Amino acid sequence: MAVSVDEAVSTGPARDHSPPARRLGGRGRSGLEVALLIVLAVVMLFPVLWMIETSIKENRDVYAIPAKFFDFRVTLEHYRDVFVAPDGGRSALSVSFLNSAVVAGVSTVLATVLGVPAAWAYSRFAVKAKKDQLFFILSTRFMPPVVVVIPIFLMYRQVGLIDSKLGLILIYAAFNVPFTIWMMKGFVDEVPAEYEDAAMLDGYTRLQAFWKFTLPLLVPGIAATAVFALIFSWNEFVFAIFLTSSDDVRTAPPAIAGLIGGTTTDWGLVAAASVVFALPVLVFAYLVRKHLIAGVTLGAVRR
Amino acid sequence: MAGIEVNALHKRYPDGTVAVDHVDLSIGDGELFVMLGPSGCGKTTTLRAIAGLERQTTGDIRIGDTLVNDLPPAERDIAMVFQFYALYPHLRTRDNLAFPLRAEGLPKAEVRERVEEAARLMRLGPLLDRRPRQLSGGEQQRVALARALVRRPRAFLMDEPLTNLDAELRADMRTEIKHLQGELGATMVYVTHDQVEAMSLGHRIAILNKGRVEQIGTPLEVYDRPASLFCAAFIGSPPMNLIEVEVADGKLRGQGGLVLTPPPGLPRDARLVAGVRPEALEVTEPGADGTVPARVVSAEWLGDEIIYVVDHGGERDVRVRMPPTVRFAADAKVGLRHTGGTPAVYDVRTEELVA
Repeated sequence: MAVSVDEAVSTGPARDHSPPARRLGGRGRSGLEVALLIVLAVVMLFPVLWMIETSIKENRDVYAIPAKFFDFRVTLEHYRDVFVAPDGGRSALSVSFLNSAVVAGVSTVLATVLGVPAAWAYSRFAVKAKKDQLFFILSTRFMPPVVVVIPIFLMYRQVGLIDSKLGLILIYAAFNVPFTIWMMKGFVDEVPAEYEDAAMLDGYTRLQAFWKFTLPLLVPGIAATAVFALIFSWNEFVFAIFLTSSDDVRTAPPAIAGLIGGTTTDWGLVAAASVVFALPVLVFAYLVRKHLIAGVTLGAVRR
Repeated sequence: MAGIEVNALHKRYPDGTVAVDHVDLSIGDGELFVMLGPSGCGKTTTLRAIAGLERQTTGDIRIGDTLVNDLPPAERDIAMVFQFYALYPHLRTRDNLAFPLRAEGLPKAEVRERVEEAARLMRLGPLLDRRPRQLSGGEQQRVALARALVRRPRAFLMDEPLTNLDAELRADMRTEIKHLQGELGATMVYVTHDQVEAMSLGHRIAILNKGRVEQIGTPLEVYDRPASLFCAAFIGSPPMNLIEVEVADGKLRGQGGLVLTPPPGLPRDARLVAGVRPEALEVTEPGADGTVPARVVSAEWLGDEIIYVVDHGGERDVRVRMPPTVRFAADAKVGLRHTGGTPAVYDVRTEELVA
């Protein structure tokens, strides 16, 4: 289960913000709406429930026909297997989770550190061909990443970044910087430049003014943007599977995918690993949900 | 307090936009000087260049005797009030006022004394312990003014400070600013696009258009003799009637037979336009002495006056300001005559005042 940026953008807030006038239409319509929503919820949530169920079933219940929905024995051994190897040491999956955390975290920090000042500069200063520059930055996100994976692979082999965490960090940061710049520019535009002007008249330099007065007001926006970037890096699959091969570099998405195949598939382990993989993102998105909505409504809506 | 000299100011942005083409200003010590113009005319850029928030491409700025071209804003010893009040949102009023003083490193006792003095001047006593978002727009602007005051700067720069206030409050604040400026004898440069604000506040007004100064003068000069067709159309509500005229028999004659007294020194062989204020015309019963026949196109009843739009057979309809006692219905046949003195006359080609 993966929370993609697009899903996070399109579901919750849009419904909440629909104008009251659109809700007219009487009881029949609202009944229909509820029915459709229930169908949608079942379709969306069933795979998640099934994943969670599978992760706590014993293996013979997992493969039972007909499928057991309720009366199965609960076990946590799959979760143990996610982290502990059969010989008692650390499992390969736990290493890949750690890799994921490092890669996603560092690339997000990198994208934020580079993107926020850039967004501020694009918002505040008259830059030559500003619109063209911004369009160019955005255009790097037009294509799906898979289009460039072969050239990137060849270049990485040339410079020795293949199968390294640094390589993944750099490519994720490169994909997140344009997103960060665009999203943060929306937030910076909302903060009146007069704060900085006033601070400069009070004796601060431009950078100090940004640091002391504008940056604190941008924190919610930075949090929202960073969460989006983090989710992108955490979920990313294509680059991870092409650019890494060894167990001690590989991130969680290709590692989990690698569990499937071979002669038998330990579905309990796959499900448990997936739950563990989804949890941080869900928890994080829940913690900053207000900022996520703010990020969508504030940063995305142009004045 | 000090005067401000701006010489041949030119500002071009990296993207090629010329915000200020050529501006010369000489602002006296203790003067309330208003820069007036439509948006994009360069007035705010000029002000920001004086403040040091923008670096001019060429030209010199002097505050007092100091050439400030290369000084950062903080070292120019000026205070600025913004359209958006720019109070630090996390600070109480008291600390917002003290902030610039603490940044300067003044001793605590003096900071407190100056804050109290500014708070008394702007009557902020009850607001001192509130944060900006607990204040109304008018209160925020008073705090912003007080924050400018505590600095005891050599000049105040005001960037459309009243634009965000509602009409009634704006009138109050206008009075307050004028009073304050007079009391302190402060040099104040005030930028606005609102001609009423400019006329009521300014000792002198500079009208800017497309990065150039069109006219500098007292409010009365600017109103009576706009220096160009742009100024003529910009100042006054409703604006001046611009009537194409020809010189014949020692009179200015417009289309439809309207006759005006010519000013001395008119150029020959030029196409001329006379600028006639709406109050320099009169709508009468048809056929009255010295009138031309005309028809009321529409009438705006404003309570204290009526603005008639009148068709007298000229190229354009003219607007006439009449007291509310003179009433004609729309479409009524009326007479129209000029009652003012000699009008301002412009050359159509150069768009400038010729006599």
